[in-house]
Formats: sequence, C-alpha cells, structure tokens
Amino acid sequence: MSNNASPQKSTDLHIGAAVPGCQKKDPILVADHIKKTFGGLTAVDVEHLEVPKNAITALIGPNGAGKTTLFNLLTGFDTPDTGTWSLMGNSLSGVPSFKVAKLGQVRTFQLTKALGLLTVLENMKLGAKDQKGENLLTALVPAIWRKQDKEIEVKALELLSRFKLDAKKDDFAASLSGGQRKLLEMARALMTDPVLVMLDEPMAGVNPALTQSLLDHVLDLKKQGMTVLFVEHDMHMVRHIADWVVVMAEGKIVAEGPPDTVMKEQAVIDAYLGSHQDTDLGEVTGRIKIIKDGGQA
Amino acid sequence: MDWGSILNNTLQGLLTPTTLAFSLAALGLAMHFGFAGLLNFGIAGFMAIGGYGYAIAVLTFGLPWWAGMLFGIVGSIIFALILGIPTLRLRGDYLAIVTIASAEIIRLLFLTTAFTDVTGSADGLFGFNTRTDGSGFQNANPLPAGSYGAGPFTYNEQTLWVLIFGIIMLVVGVVLLWALMRSPWGRVIKGIREDEDAIRALGKNVFAYKMQALVIGGVYGAMGGIVYATFANVSPGVFVTSLTFFIWTSLLLGGAATILGPVIGSILFWTLQAFLTNVLSEVAISGILPVSTTQASTLRFVLVGVGLMLLVIYRPQGIFGDKRELTFVK
Ligand SMILES: Nc1ncnc2c1ncn2[C@@H]1O[C@H](COP(=O)(O)OP(=O)(O)O)[C@@H](O)[C@H]1O
Ligand SMILES: [Mg+2]
Repeated sequence: MSNNASPQKSTDLHIGAAVPGCQKKDPILVADHIKKTFGGLTAVDVEHLEVPKNAITALIGPNGAGKTTLFNLLTGFDTPDTGTWSLMGNSLSGVPSFKVAKLGQVRTFQLTKALGLLTVLENMKLGAKDQKGENLLTALVPAIWRKQDKEIEVKALELLSRFKLDAKKDDFAASLSGGQRKLLEMARALMTDPVLVMLDEPMAGVNPALTQSLLDHVLDLKKQGMTVLFVEHDMHMVRHIADWVVVMAEGKIVAEGPPDTVMKEQAVIDAYLGSHQDTDLGEVTGRIKIIKDGGQA
Repeated sequence: MDWGSILNNTLQGLLTPTTLAFSLAALGLAMHFGFAGLLNFGIAGFMAIGGYGYAIAVLTFGLPWWAGMLFGIVGSIIFALILGIPTLRLRGDYLAIVTIASAEIIRLLFLTTAFTDVTGSADGLFGFNTRTDGSGFQNANPLPAGSYGAGPFTYNEQTLWVLIFGIIMLVVGVVLLWALMRSPWGRVIKGIREDEDAIRALGKNVFAYKMQALVIGGVYGAMGGIVYATFANVSPGVFVTSLTFFIWTSLLLGGAATILGPVIGSILFWTLQAFLTNVLSEVAISGILPVSTTQASTLRFVLVGVGLMLLVIYRPQGIFGDKRELTFVK
C-alpha cells in the first residue's frame, strides 16, 4: 500500500476569504459560541466553526490550545458553558456521548482506550452498531444474533488485516504496543460506520513504518465518503493529507485555510513560536528537517 | 485427634444449603465485579432483602412460598435501582462506599425494634417454611419422610428438599449467567469493566448496561438469601458485613471473571471453614495449641484473612481465571 504520490486533495471548500470561522460550501459539523472554562482558565472559546463534508480537516495548535477539550465538547464527553453545534443539521447540544456516536460522529482518544482484558477481535466487534445480541433479552437466544455476529466478525477481520493486526486477533489488547493500540482504537471506531471520524493524535507513538499505512487509511476514509477531523502535531503529515487546516491557540481559532497557505500566516507562526520567529515552523512542529540557505539544519 | 470425624465433618461441608446459598450470591458478585467491574461491597444487603422479603411476604402477607420468593426478588430489584440511579454515574469507588453503607442500613432496619411486628427485630424471623395452611416451602416437599444418602452425605427429607431446590436454582443461575456472558451483551458488559468511556464512544448506553448488571447480580444475591432462608432463620446477625467479605473471598478464590469459579470457590471456602473449625477445636481440646476452643474458632477467621491476602497477591485471577487476566493488575 505504498502511497508516495500526492493524494487527491479536495479544494474549493470554503466561501469567501479563508479566515477563522469562515463558511464552508458543504459543512457537516457547524459549531457556534462554544466556550469552556476550567476555573479561571478559558480552555475553549470558539466563535464559529464549520467542518467541510467529505474532506480531511486537520486541527492543529500548540499543546494546551484546547483541541482535546473541543473534541470532548463536540462529542458530548464534556459540557460547554455556552454554545450550540449540530451534525448534518441535527443539534447535538446536550446530547449524551453515546447518542452522538450513534448519530455517526465517532471519536478516538488522545490517551488510548484499548479494552485491555478483551481480545483484539472482541474490541473490534464491540464497535459494530445495532447488534441484536446486545439487548438483555435477545442475548439469551443465540439464534437471533449468531448470524449477525458472524458478519460482524468478517468485517472486523477485514479491518484488522488492513491495520496489520490480524495476527493479534486472539491476544488481549493489553499485550499490544502503544502504536498498535492507536491502530486498534482507530479500527474499532471504523467498525461503527461513522460519517464523521474525529481522531485525537492518531499518529502519536505509531512507528514510522506504520505511519504511512495509517495515512493511507485516513485517505481511504475520505474515498469511502467519510469526513475526518484529526488532531496532529506533525506538519509534514498535515501537509500531506489534510484538505483544510484549522489552527487553535489559547482556546481560539486563530487561522483556517488550505495547508499550504495557512502555515505561512503570521497568526499561526505567532501561536507556535512566540518569540522564536526566526525559526522555520516546519522544523519546530514537524519531524522533518528543513534545510536552510546556509545548509545547516 | 479424631481424624475420622474431622474428615466426615469436612466432607459434609461440600454440599450444604449454606454452600449453595453462598454460591448463588458469589455468582451475583461475579456479575457485579468480575464482569461489569462494579465494586459491590453490599452483597449481604441484597441477600438480606431476598431472605427477609421471602419471610415477611409469607408471615405478614400470607403469600404462598413461591410468591414470597418472588416478593424477595422484586425487593432486590427495587433496591438495586435505588442504589444505582444516583451512584452508577459516579466513579467506581463511590459505589463501593455506598453499597457497604446501604447494606448496613438494610441490616439495621431489620434490627431496629421499630418494626418488630414485621421483622422480628434481633430475634429475626422463623417458622415461615412450614405453614399450617399448607402454603409453606416444606409443605410442598414431595419427598416421603426418611433418611437419604450415605456416610457424610446423609440427609433427612427436609434438608434434601432444600438441597434439591438450591441445586436447581444454582444450575439455572449458572446456565443463565453463562448464556449472558458469551453473548454480545456480555461483551459490552466486559468492555464497560475495562473502560466505560471507550464503550460510550462506540455508541452504547453505558448507564443502562451497568444498571442491568447491578439488577441481575442483585437478583442472584437475593436468590442466595432466599435459598439460605429455606432452611435457616433469617436474623440481622446473619447478613453482616463479614458475610460480604466471605463471599468476596469465595469469588476471588474461584476467579472473579469466570462462571464456575464462584461456585467452586464457595464450595472450597465453606469446606475449608468446616475443616478448620473441626481441626482447630480438636487442636484446642487436645492442648496442642495453648488456646481455648472459643479462641480457636476465632483463629479460623484470622487464617481465612491471611489466606485471602495470599490469594490476592499470588493468584489474583483465582483458580479458574485466565492467567493473563489479572483482575487487580491493570
Ligand atoms: N479537566 C480539566 N480540568 C482543568 N483544566 C483542564 C482540563 N482539561 C483540560 N484543561 C486545560 O485546558 C487547556 C486545554 O487543554 P487540551 O484541550 O487538553 O489541549 P490540547 O489538546 O490542545 O493540547 C489546558 O490548559 C489544560 O490544562
Ligand atoms: Mg490534546
């Protein structure tokens, strides 16, 4: 699954100038006035955000910018002080997290949540939605759920082999490495057939050999019609796969735009670098080294 | 030392109404803790509600034995709901505190003299298994009077009837729990034990599942109390906090996240108890240890405590647990 050619980028996503909070032609998620404070600290203060449909949006920003908190708010894992948001026109404000997931907006966690004492395959099967055997009464009658369970297993094994985890299917998830757990969590989220996948630092801790295949998977999701919103620190990856980039700093969205132009904006450079403005942004935030005019890194 | 009588008494411990009753309660605890990860330290409270509910329904409301048992079960379901609605949204250790306290509250409610007419206060309740109007549990005994079995396993028709009833309940309980835990429902329950947020993120109503697990385990606990009540008086002295810990010991002995573990664990625990009681009193009488017989029977609990500690440290998965599945090591 080598993919060194540049992936097909979605362009022309927004209306008007690419400024923070700008309108999108076909938004899947729309959020307004989302604010969350912890004591005196304002962790998130987003005036307006639209996530373009069937595109890959990267959410970037320095540590503590509020990216994870925003994820928690949008998925119902935390409640904002103020704000409304909706998925495909359905309001999600005040909707509990499990219902958000049922509606097709599924997230992964920055701190991986593998179900340690369940096997890798069981982890995967848990992801499938509308399982007949998950009801207390029908659970007692295997005839009702066995066939569906088999189908789910086939789908799970297919995904596992795509994520190179099929050899581990009968191992406890606790025995996986950190990177493998990230992969498992992402694969498990895909078992739900989401419409919007929100990945919180999916590449963190995944070894470089696997990173490429993970990127391919993310690109694949778009091809299958899904929308991806992901948090990532590595600018190289963001440039490579993102169609749109949203930059957060101190809880606010400070810039938005296509990856090539947004990195050059002064607000983004300020957010990341503070006073070290003579350093190249790619060098500070990415794993790649930028060769300067002088030749030294 | 009379090894013959020690052996005989120990073997008797293998199959007693107590063993069956506590096996059922241990199964309930397996549902709660082993599978759903709910730290219930109030299983004695569920048992008390089962046992007392049965006895009160028969004595005060004049219900036939089977309706009285249903009454006890309904009581435990209501208790689980009352307990679960405020606490299941909280972190796991809060449930532990609330359950241990509420089991004590239940016991004290049965102990207080305010309701003596209904609860019998400190004396407890008795005489509900055999009724003059023929509606009691022993009235329904189909066995002719006589002596059954051989050796240490000799029972009169009343005890045998209790054993048969208890075994049927236990087998039904084991099969139901097995059927539930191998199903997709059981998978969700085990997932919640591992990480409930992960399960929420997959679109499952975690609160509803936890409540179902709490109720089901509670019904098993109540059935334990009911089977106990079919042969013994119910009194506040029975459903004490140490009973909860005996059931925990049985559960951990067999393996918390297994189906047969709690049953085998209970049998081992009560057989061991019978053995220690007999050996230690013999030891005290024959003067091998400088202790009185009363001290000797207390020593039994000290040994059980030490045993529980060793178990949790060296074999946390229990006898039947998967070696990789260490309930206390996350
Ligand atoms: N539960 C919490 N309690 C208090 N402060 C929090 C909590 N969660 C996050 N924060 C604070 O909110 C800010 C944003 O955090 P976070 O969303 O995790 O940032 P990011 O994911 O962008 O690195 C940080 O300053 C963090 O310390
Ligand atoms: Mg974060």
